[in-house]
Amino acid sequence: MIEWLSQPWPWYIAGPLIGLMVPALLLFGNKAFGVSSSLRHICAACIPAKIPFFQYDWKKEAWSLFFVTGILLGGLAVALFFQNPEAVSVNPKLVNELQQYGINNYTGVVPADLFNWSTLFTLRGFIIIIVGGFLVGFGTRYAGGCTSGHAIMGLSTLQWPSLIATICFMAGGFFVSNLILPFILNLG
Amino acid sequence: MEPREQKHTRLTENTDFEVRSLDTICINESELKHPWWYKLKYLLIGLLFGIILVKSEVISWFRIQEMFRLQSFHMFGVIGSAIAVGMLSVWIIKKYKIKTIYGERMEFVSRKFNKGNMYGGLIFGFGWALTGACPGPLFAQIGTGATATIVTLLSAIGGTWVYGLTRKYLPH
Repeated sequence: MIEWLSQPWPWYIAGPLIGLMVPALLLFGNKAFGVSSSLRHICAACIPAKIPFFQYDWKKEAWSLFFVTGILLGGLAVALFFQNPEAVSVNPKLVNELQQYGINNYTGVVPADLFNWSTLFTLRGFIIIIVGGFLVGFGTRYAGGCTSGHAIMGLSTLQWPSLIATICFMAGGFFVSNLILPFILNLG
Repeated sequence: MEPREQKHTRLTENTDFEVRSLDTICINESELKHPWWYKLKYLLIGLLFGIILVKSEVISWFRIQEMFRLQSFHMFGVIGSAIAVGMLSVWIIKKYKIKTIYGERMEFVSRKFNKGNMYGGLIFGFGWALTGACPGPLFAQIGTGATATIVTLLSAIGGTWVYGLTRKYLPH
């Protein structure tokens, strides 16, 4: 069991388990699966600044903050007790490509060569971490949800706006990952 | 506790289904009053979700790049099978009119299309490819000790805030 827990889980185990988040949240309290709205509740709680979008009783949505705290603790639990023993093994084509940009460390969930406190002050670190993060927060709220809220919860309940949003997530990702990211990684 | 059926009044022009901001009545949201520690169950569900996210490597920046380069089936398998199981669960819930553990009726709202689904979707896609993370994985990454991701998260909160600020000028 411990050994199995320590291995990376295949998609056919992880995917269905993630899918079960949908009925779990519904059963335990009529909640719609979704993560990005927690960012809005954080804004409403900490920096509402009289903006109408943040004028609501965030305490009624506090379950979402408990949920994301749990996600963070889940990451911590894995790191402490059953970390994957080996670095992530990805397609050799990707390894070759990333090598050109000096990305060789596959031990962490994010490349240590890109995401650390010193690269934050380089142009490529700034674009990837700060601009990237900003786009995630701005885009998910503008779209009304993220991968969990639209792609999983939205499609599970057969919402066609969620299908459009999901297609756009993918299209945006394909575009930047293939055509823009190489330039940014070259910035050094 | 007596099982009870909740009828919600619905606004005609409400496209903001996320919170009770408009008339303090939220759709698909329990109106039962519970002490705060009842919410710890969401912490527990989140904990499980976080563990799955890390163990399946879907929070890996490298896995996301692989996905967008069509170099691996892994991410598509995870997202696809999650949707399949979610759909099946919702279908069963609707068919058998399953209620919550507190006996409330589960309600599903239809989302209305707005242009933000497209524009926002593309913008989020750009950010997803750069940071290698959607909001859920951001929290999990921080948990695994990727401390620089705290900056990504703060920046995402900033992005959400700027959206709130500029919302009325954006096409929806």
